Amino acid sequence: MSARWAYILGGIITVGIVIAFFMDEIRTVSVLSFSLRYAVPLILAAMVGIICERSGVINIGIEGQMLMSAFAGFFGAAITGNLILGMLIGVGSGMIMGGFLAVGAVTWRMDQIIAGTIINILATGLTSFFYAQGYVLPGVTPIVRIPLLADIPLVGPVLFNNGLFTYAAILISIVLWVLLFRTIWGLRTRSVGEKPSAADTSGIGVQRLRFLNVTFAGALAGLAGAYLALEAAGTFERGFTAGRGFTALAIMIFGAWNPLGAMFAAIFFGLTQGVASQLQADEVLAIPPQFVNMLPYVLTIVLLAAVSGRISPPAAVGKPYEKD
Amino acid sequence: MTTTDPTRTDLGFTDPDPRRTGPLDRIPGLLLPIVSVLLAFAIGGILIWLQGVNPFYAYWVLFSNALGSSEGLVRVMEKSTPLILTGLAVTVGLRAGLFNIGAQGQLLVAAVGAAWAGYAFTVPAIIHLPMAIAFGMLCGAAWASIAGVLRAYRSVSEVITTIMLNSIAIALVDYLASRPLREPDQPLSRTPPIAETAALPQFGVIPSGFILAILVALFFGWFLVRTTSGFRFNTVGLNPNAARYAGISVRGTIVLAMFVSGALAGMGGAIETLGVTGRFEPAFNAGLGFDGITIALLARANPIAAIPAALLVGTLRAGAATLQFETGIEPEVVDVILAITLLLVAAPIVARLLFRKRNIKQTKVTSGWGS
Repeated sequence: MSARWAYILGGIITVGIVIAFFMDEIRTVSVLSFSLRYAVPLILAAMVGIICERSGVINIGIEGQMLMSAFAGFFGAAITGNLILGMLIGVGSGMIMGGFLAVGAVTWRMDQIIAGTIINILATGLTSFFYAQGYVLPGVTPIVRIPLLADIPLVGPVLFNNGLFTYAAILISIVLWVLLFRTIWGLRTRSVGEKPSAADTSGIGVQRLRFLNVTFAGALAGLAGAYLALEAAGTFERGFTAGRGFTALAIMIFGAWNPLGAMFAAIFFGLTQGVASQLQADEVLAIPPQFVNMLPYVLTIVLLAAVSGRISPPAAVGKPYEKD
Repeated sequence: MTTTDPTRTDLGFTDPDPRRTGPLDRIPGLLLPIVSVLLAFAIGGILIWLQGVNPFYAYWVLFSNALGSSEGLVRVMEKSTPLILTGLAVTVGLRAGLFNIGAQGQLLVAAVGAAWAGYAFTVPAIIHLPMAIAFGMLCGAAWASIAGVLRAYRSVSEVITTIMLNSIAIALVDYLASRPLREPDQPLSRTPPIAETAALPQFGVIPSGFILAILVALFFGWFLVRTTSGFRFNTVGLNPNAARYAGISVRGTIVLAMFVSGALAGMGGAIETLGVTGRFEPAFNAGLGFDGITIALLARANPIAAIPAALLVGTLRAGAATLQFETGIEPEVVDVILAITLLLVAAPIVARLLFRKRNIKQTKVTSGWGS
């Protein structure tokens, strides 16, 4: 999407939110908070996609990476009785899953989409097999209210009264933007994703950088999975991630492979879901719940169709690098 | 692309060095999947052993119950039927360079479509049955075509759209079975039973849907290799630019391939409804689509090889419930075994062991984003 349309859309949404706020303060704040919470795993997962694709590797396995980490995070926290430890276990298993994709897609130069699909199927199989009932968390990660800032009307209760993961997701998006566009690592990563042969000529280890980026991106998928299990739901079920890893890929595209763009795109996604749920709950719209559930998926397809051709992916994405 | 013979395209697989000569070279196509399956069973066996069950006993239970009695065999055939067809659906897509992850959704809309066509009409069986199957196939084809058209005309990756269409299909069929197509005055969300005129008959113990699926697989074995349309699929899959240069409509072929792929998955759903379940319930038909990917890759995108691959998966699926009953092992162990099979067959692990070659050539199957 061109920047101009993004600004126009953002402007319309902002005006809409302000109007809604003056009409019904409580509902507006609750819808916005819901939207942000809904967006958190999407933001984190989209960052995984951005790091990988900016390095030239398609990661269709984010879903499986998240699922595995949610599983590991939940059972890690439930068994040790420690949420922080659970989170670390989730992040660690995300990194292992990232390393898995790195071995397949980078080292072995497999077809990247097949490699990611294997991760998804493997994660579904393993988490279903080892799933056991009867485990409970020692609690969920606490809500941290930031003093003073949280007292600002509208913005305060929405942005500054959240769980740790929510702050982390926003912070990570900003940091990743800086890293990608203002540091040497970012320049190298982008060059490896756009023109690996040129990067190689200038002395950058293409395979090594791709391997490391894909592996460390997995840690963020781990964070997303841990968020779902430890903060959002406080539990784990089979097939828990419900396609969020794929939606995140669409958000990445919609955000033009830019961390900040993807963050806003994810919040936009959350907003549509929040508004639809609220309207349905208030019985303003007589839509069956199944159609509300469909919304993020339909939106994904519609947005992809709308933006395709207007933004282009990193040039070398999906192509294993081989020295000539 | 190194391979030019369309019958021997190594789709996404480890491609043994064609210049190498040795006794193994004549059979690598068969050896790789067989060794992968055996290794996956060994790893699955370790998992079973870790749960405190003798793995040999567990596998014996799994297979003897599925293959040792006529009821077991019927169940294997019933389970394998949609698997053959979803495996074919993925295969046809792969041949045309498309990765259809949406067989699940296509199968679901077709299952509910066939159920509707099966109960809503009162016509003789000679019309009703083909009509219900055809309507189911059409539903599946239409569902897949959304992804096909978007891919061809808007360059939207079919991988994401088909996955999204899976989730949409799950919600859609749930809605259809709980509201407009719901059986009246029943507590359960499900459609009314299909009319007898729409039910697939049995030949002795053999379900006719199974025979139909085998015939379709054989047909595609011929179609993809011996017909012009099949050649177009392969050419577009191997090299869209060359196809365009040769005057093949790449867009048209993509749309057609996705349509056919969806129709095949749809046939699986229609047979499931008309031959096995007799009505549609949203809880039916879970997870069949992913198995289609495993089958297609295990069969190395060969339509005829999809039959034994689907029979293997179908046997595991049919025996899983008994396994749990007899040994307490979760039926999901089958998912793990299949996932490991897929990993071994698609990643160059086994090939490295077998062919002792460090740098195995990987061919590209999917086309990534756009292009």
